[in-house]
Amino acid sequence: MKQTLRRLPHARVDAGKPIRFTFDGQHYEGLAGDTLASALLANGVGVVGRSFKLHRPRGVLGSGKEEANALVQLERGEYTEPNARATLVPLYEGLEACGQNAWPNVHSDLFGALGLFKRLLPASFYYKTFMWPSWHRWEWLVRRIAGLGTAPQSADPQTYLKQNVHADVVVVGAGRSGLEAALEAARDSACRVLLIDEQEEAGGSLLASPSDADRAWLAAALREVAARENITRLQRTTVNGYYDNNVLAALERLGNHLGPAGAGPVRERFWRIFAGRVVLATGAIERPLVFPNNDRPGILLASAVREYSHRYGLTLGERIVFYTNNDSAWRTALELVEVGLPVTAIIDIRPAVDTALRQRAEDAGITLYPGTAVTNTRGRRGLRRLVLHRLTGQGEALGAPAGTLDCDVLAMSGGWTPTIHLYSQSGGQLRYRDGDACFVPERAHQAVTVVGRANGEFPEPLHLQPQWLTPGVSPEHQWVDFQYDVTASDIQLAARENFVSVEHVKRYTTNGMSVDQGKTSNVNGLGVLALATGRPIPEVGTTRFRPPYHPTTIGAYAGIELGGLYTPFQQLPAHAAHVAAGALFEDYGAWQRPACYPQPGEDEDAAVAREARAVRSAVGLLDYSPLGKLEVHGPDAREFLNRVYLNNIRTLEVGAARYGLMLNEAGIVIDDGVLVCLAEDHFLLHTTSGGASTIHQHLEEWLQCEWTDLAVIVNNATTQWATLMLSGPRARSVLQQLDSDIDVGREAFGHMQYRAGRLLGQPCRILRASFTGEVSFEISVPASCGQALWEALMQAGAAQGIVPFGIETLMLLRTEKGYLHVGADTDGNTMPQDLGWGGAVAKKPDDFIGRRSLSQPVGADPDRFQFTGLELLEPDARTVSGAHVLTAAGESTAGYVTSAYYSPNLNRSVVLGIVAGAREREGEVVTIFYAGRRQRARLVKPGAYDPAGEAFNG
Amino acid sequence: MIRIECPWCGLRSETEFTCGGQSHIARPADPAAVSDREWAQYLYQRENPKGLHYERWRHTYGCRQWFNVARDTVTHEVRAVYRMTDPKPALGGEGA
Repeated sequence: MKQTLRRLPHARVDAGKPIRFTFDGQHYEGLAGDTLASALLANGVGVVGRSFKLHRPRGVLGSGKEEANALVQLERGEYTEPNARATLVPLYEGLEACGQNAWPNVHSDLFGALGLFKRLLPASFYYKTFMWPSWHRWEWLVRRIAGLGTAPQSADPQTYLKQNVHADVVVVGAGRSGLEAALEAARDSACRVLLIDEQEEAGGSLLASPSDADRAWLAAALREVAARENITRLQRTTVNGYYDNNVLAALERLGNHLGPAGAGPVRERFWRIFAGRVVLATGAIERPLVFPNNDRPGILLASAVREYSHRYGLTLGERIVFYTNNDSAWRTALELVEVGLPVTAIIDIRPAVDTALRQRAEDAGITLYPGTAVTNTRGRRGLRRLVLHRLTGQGEALGAPAGTLDCDVLAMSGGWTPTIHLYSQSGGQLRYRDGDACFVPERAHQAVTVVGRANGEFPEPLHLQPQWLTPGVSPEHQWVDFQYDVTASDIQLAARENFVSVEHVKRYTTNGMSVDQGKTSNVNGLGVLALATGRPIPEVGTTRFRPPYHPTTIGAYAGIELGGLYTPFQQLPAHAAHVAAGALFEDYGAWQRPACYPQPGEDEDAAVAREARAVRSAVGLLDYSPLGKLEVHGPDAREFLNRVYLNNIRTLEVGAARYGLMLNEAGIVIDDGVLVCLAEDHFLLHTTSGGASTIHQHLEEWLQCEWTDLAVIVNNATTQWATLMLSGPRARSVLQQLDSDIDVGREAFGHMQYRAGRLLGQPCRILRASFTGEVSFEISVPASCGQALWEALMQAGAAQGIVPFGIETLMLLRTEKGYLHVGADTDGNTMPQDLGWGGAVAKKPDDFIGRRSLSQPVGADPDRFQFTGLELLEPDARTVSGAHVLTAAGESTAGYVTSAYYSPNLNRSVVLGIVAGAREREGEVVTIFYAGRRQRARLVKPGAYDPAGEAFNG
Repeated sequence: MIRIECPWCGLRSETEFTCGGQSHIARPADPAAVSDREWAQYLYQRENPKGLHYERWRHTYGCRQWFNVARDTVTHEVRAVYRMTDPKPALGGEGA
């Protein structure tokens, strides 16, 4: 590859603005307007990477998205980006890049020797070769040899945003067709037009044109676009996905062209676009020709040679040869000659070419080789020589040798593939057009039109003669997918092994599965497969295109929803007081709640044990605000709740509270809690902490969808109230110190009763229920008063030895008591009869949600997992929730431990579980299995602490 | 992504909604009177049409109201949106 010391005068780069960069540790200089690829080519760097499987040296192949070879590791450390296409990386000051998949570097790669063993590494060789004794023995080696870039090891320091936009017309691609379409749509001043283009500047292939007329047209069009107030242009933005209802996803690169040092606060923006109508002006990509050693550095797509010459002003070579099967490359060759580049020959597989083109080429001094094929290429570090043969007939077979031809650049063209990825994603159907050997849009499925070359509208006829591979020579080294080292012989092998479906062949050979997703290899692969299976291409079909069209940074999908913004969180009304008290916070659902309050020198277990002893011996205070509080109002409220709860609600009197179970229609227990009747038509329903929204939705679904005739309103009041649980033998005397109009005396306010009144001058609701087993007051005040109440109770209880306690302590206390925690001690199969509520079901006269399911055969299965206590037989033994309870034979699982703590009040483990048929097996000894250890345990009634239940009346 | 016309809030993006599956499933008037098989069918047996599907959706991140959507499962086209209490509209093209 030739070093270009001075750019051609008509280039679009800025000769006055040199930019320094490094590649593989070497310092180079490019110009403003260059891409990394054009700057490397300008410096004569021919080898820029190594291939995925065989580590073949590779040079730049294309000039844009289609690039299959020039993949680089861009930048270092936290800014590093693997598999960056050098053709898409705009040059900026101080850019650092390295070639990939080579060690120590792309020039002297030790694994390059693999190329000598290509015959041993056919398609699917991973599956076939590394099976003995197992893939895992080989994986480390294969992973080291095969692969592309390296993923960054540290967190991405850059910021990504997401944004929605609505537009009447969205035009994708700002080449000639796209600009025309946008201006046409914008004539209606009420029409909001969004024009999106992925390049550094608008113009598409016009940017590669040397013609003054083309350049003038582009400048005028861009001026008009800028003048139109109803056109919004998004540059450096790639549309990656096309979904239902004309929704598109696009990635805008805001800071990439400035590099890590120069970038602003936001690197990329992810656009979600809602379009009325879409115009796809996505252009076409040139195809390589398939011939032996067509992957040698110095062999480029003709369109890339055109772009490097006219847009970037590069000379590229001293002897440029074209190899083609269609007319477009001839025009490119003639354009090059006009600006003085050394085009020495055109090789065309077609025996006859348009006379006018021939004449112009001959006049330009170009040697012509019609009806000729390139059958080999030579050159160690880059292209030096071509070996030619005559083709016979219409190119079916090889004829006589036609000598050799020296050159250092080969510009190839196997035809054009319309870029129909987005159209295909939109659900549009494709049709194979024989004349141009390409797929073109056939029938749109959404409001989308395809224009220009994306629609197969080529400016001039191609007169193409397909040649999917070179006949008469070995297919072994005829590359189809450059990036993944798939050759024509690999596809033929797949066909011989009876792969018929194009989707299967793709995965077996990995053709088109590389980073570029087959932008240059798909159609050639289909052609080879069609020949190998003796079918026409339309019958072979094409693989389905799926988003994203081009790789998208994962950070852009994540946006700002990271770290503290990953998920919404809720804090307790008295959060600040918990922080001050040294709480250890954990996430329970969305709530940040104190697990416990470790004192200096205490670990979590010690803190929980201390708090649990204090609640049993004195008094503790828990922030219980997440306790679900749903208010149910209306004339039909009682009827509704009677249908919702397993329990009989008809008999619940005003002011009374009742524990209740809620099932889903399949009979599974989904929630429990205390229901309070506030008035004849007004109920307060307590749900499991964290279950409030789910149960609210459950109730709404039944009211809105099934019982639409019931006059009931449900309001989730959970966060309107701060709820504190004051619990322990001294709870009453602490509460009595606070100013209130509610008599909390032992006789006046019994267990499972409810009072509303005022406390410290604020409205309050107090429920006497107990989840600890001790005397408990669940006190609710307006959320804004939560912290004041917390502080008042802590102060009032100071002399009584009050301690704050956390949710882990509560869980220990309720496990000591054997109180069920729905969701922990139940699973997705638990029915009320498994919890001892079978009798209550039988007594209720009315239907309720889930009732009928309880009498299905599954409800009578004697091996149902049922709630039970487990007493570990070995002294001082411990277990964990999740441990298995084994069958009698000890071979499989017949239950689980669901709650397990070490009780500081009983000085032994307290364990709950669900075990097959447990309610009929009390007293039996079972085996618990966990992490290879077996323990013996007796099935007992739940509730090891205070089985008589005297404490909570205290 | 589809867009759905909420009867209360207007045209919104799919991400605001939750699909609740097939609609117009009648709960047996007297569950105790139906056979195990009939009850199981009411609980679990659902249509899986290729084409028109009548389903219920909730505007979860909006008004939280349930309503019915007639949607084509092939094209994802929303053919009709109507309230829970409205009768099932005859649209033609019911899937097999």
